[in-house]
Amino acid sequence: MRKLIATLLLALPLAGGVARAEDTVKIGYIDPLSGGGASVGEIGLKHFQLLADQQNAKGGILGKKVEIVPLDNKTNPQESLIQAQKAIDAGVRYLTQGNGSAVGAALSDFVTKYNERNPGHEVLYFNYAAVDPVLTNDKCSFWHFRWDANSDIKMEALTNYIKTAPGVKKIYLINQDYSFGESVRTQARKMLAAKRPDIQIVGDELHPLLKVTDFAPYIAKIKASGADSVITGNWGQDFALLLKAAADAGLKVNWYTYYAGGTGGPTAIKQANLDHQVFAITEGSPNLGTPAAVEFEKAFRAKFDVTVFYPRAVNEMRMLALAAEKAKSVEPLKVAEALEGMQYEVLDGGTGVMRKDDHQFFQPMYIASFGERSEKEPFDEEKTGWGWRPVAKIDTAQTMLPTTCKMERP
Amino acid sequence: MPGLVPGIHALIDNKQDVDGRDKPGHDGDQSKLRTGPILDRRIAADLRQWQGARVLELIFTSTLNGVLFGMLLFLMASGLTVIFSMLGVLNFAHASFYMLGAFFGYQVSRWIGFWPALVIAPLAARVLGAGVERYGLRNVHRNGHVAELLFTFGLAFVIEETVQMIWGKAPVDYRVPQLLDFPAFSVFSTNYPAYKVFMLAVAVAIFAALLIGIKRTRIGMIVQAALTHPHMVGHLGHNVGRIFMLVFGLGTALAAVAGVIAGPALVTQSNMAALLGPILFVVVVVGGLGSLPGAFIASLLIGLLQTFAVAINVSLASLFGPLAAGHGPSLLTDVWNVSVAQIAPVLPYLLLVLILIFRPMGLLGTRET
Repeated sequence: MRKLIATLLLALPLAGGVARAEDTVKIGYIDPLSGGGASVGEIGLKHFQLLADQQNAKGGILGKKVEIVPLDNKTNPQESLIQAQKAIDAGVRYLTQGNGSAVGAALSDFVTKYNERNPGHEVLYFNYAAVDPVLTNDKCSFWHFRWDANSDIKMEALTNYIKTAPGVKKIYLINQDYSFGESVRTQARKMLAAKRPDIQIVGDELHPLLKVTDFAPYIAKIKASGADSVITGNWGQDFALLLKAAADAGLKVNWYTYYAGGTGGPTAIKQANLDHQVFAITEGSPNLGTPAAVEFEKAFRAKFDVTVFYPRAVNEMRMLALAAEKAKSVEPLKVAEALEGMQYEVLDGGTGVMRKDDHQFFQPMYIASFGERSEKEPFDEEKTGWGWRPVAKIDTAQTMLPTTCKMERP
Repeated sequence: MPGLVPGIHALIDNKQDVDGRDKPGHDGDQSKLRTGPILDRRIAADLRQWQGARVLELIFTSTLNGVLFGMLLFLMASGLTVIFSMLGVLNFAHASFYMLGAFFGYQVSRWIGFWPALVIAPLAARVLGAGVERYGLRNVHRNGHVAELLFTFGLAFVIEETVQMIWGKAPVDYRVPQLLDFPAFSVFSTNYPAYKVFMLAVAVAIFAALLIGIKRTRIGMIVQAALTHPHMVGHLGHNVGRIFMLVFGLGTALAAVAGVIAGPALVTQSNMAALLGPILFVVVVVGGLGSLPGAFIASLLIGLLQTFAVAINVSLASLFGPLAAGHGPSLLTDVWNVSVAQIAPVLPYLLLVLILIFRPMGLLGTRET
């Protein structure tokens, strides 16, 4: 009896489930959970939550429980900084964010300044999707790590693919009006001019970010331009609504995209009946058939009934755990040092590397088209029956663009 | 891009399936075109004609889209402008009733279908609107206009938060009804969805009913009289308070109708009121306070202005040529190179500012804002 009471007394604090701050690794997830970016932000959060659960099932990071702290930034840089401060006050030492390079730049700057002022209490910023090249070039920071291929790398791959497609004659560029969209259009122009000087750019559009609810006027313009292909970096509702309007107007062109796989994207593509005419550049696809990726895909779909959109989030979280084990510490500074130059077998197969010079992660990239599935493509998207079919692979070595980063180390 | 070897491996077993990309192009006959001055000229003429058709197509679809957006604006602005002139208060929560209409419409259409929703959702919004007037605004009214303004301002936030609590922050899956999910007609190979034609028809029908109601019926005349001489109408034995409540309810119901029909075409989410709200005030001010025809004209004007501005690529640089080559990136080059399409979202507000400076009573208004 006494033994039972003693056991109960011991178990009681555990049953409370409130882990003390030093026993947890808190990761502040700062992304839109309301407004136009909410659909994307919610999906991202689910990735991190499942990854945290899986890590905790394996005993956490160095025996510490991983906890994701969701913070809504409304896709707004100012709001993100408020949320970042709030997170830090609550004991968060790792921030992660992806949606919006303007937010990414603000956060990178904030974290760098914060760490200067608070030595010994550093904070790391893990970027899983903000792809403005400037973050690992002119504005690079020791405290910022990026797991997504930056916009230049993606455009390099897309234009290399377009080079092999003689049918492309007239291209229309439509992008969101902020630093990322600007970088997509300038790179597209530059790279196309070098690789396919015969291609005519018949339109070059920037529209307000996440504010347009009806793209019909833009679609009318694309139609009028006589374009046969469109290149767009649009994400979130800006992609889904663009395709929805294209479907409504019956616009039949090829789409070369960064984020066609986002929420609502596949549904809109199916509605527009663009069978294997929408291409997306990603670091992985469920239909590649890599066993680890298939396993994670199945677990994710079983839990949330949606598709894995961020294989890079998986790489990010698992590399964090590895780096902490290597450093034998969860201190951000030590983890950062362990991450530098780290090689890692990525989720979709192949070796990736976190380059020390600029903290950009390089990994094999794939181009996939969306449409009717063959027996080799088991996974469909958003219950459309259609799925992604990988059509090209770019090796890690071929994605290694030079950097202008001059890293200041602590 | 320097330093990068173009390395790309087409995955072999998929190779033959990739040529989907070649389907839609205009890459058929170019190679057959042979030179020769006469033929060249003929080709050039063909090309001009072809481009002419493209421009015509753009103008046509832009007009349709503009009129449609304008009519949606009018459905909301009509209620707002009448409420404004009656109660003397800009109802900041008006766009919130539009949002409520969309969410009610979504919910009801999930339960019993879109068509009942088209009737039930506006009625629900109407009851809610009348309640807000009767138990909220009328009590606040005693404390003056500023209190009323702040009341509607706060109400807008309360409604937004409530909607977020019930339906969440992400967009809801509000679909176009099956019956209307097909292209109605196609002009110059561009399809025009049947649902948009339906939206246009509903808006026109409501406009006509409203116009007849206000100009030809007894209640319409009392409303008109109460707009300008509420005390006189009261002395004649009409219950002015009830008229106000009725008009407020009707105004919110109209906004809700706009919400129900716009919901599937645009995006139904908790920030839709905030996206559209500011434009409504532009319509009301540009059209003139309390003027229904003014609101109608201003709605169409702004609808067309926004749609056409998107279609125009003209910038100062394209009109007057690029700046001198020695000119580095600066504020001037930014202004010089920005196209009308890029500043499209700002144009309505520019119009608002200009109207307030040069014609404060609005296009068809009779008194100053």
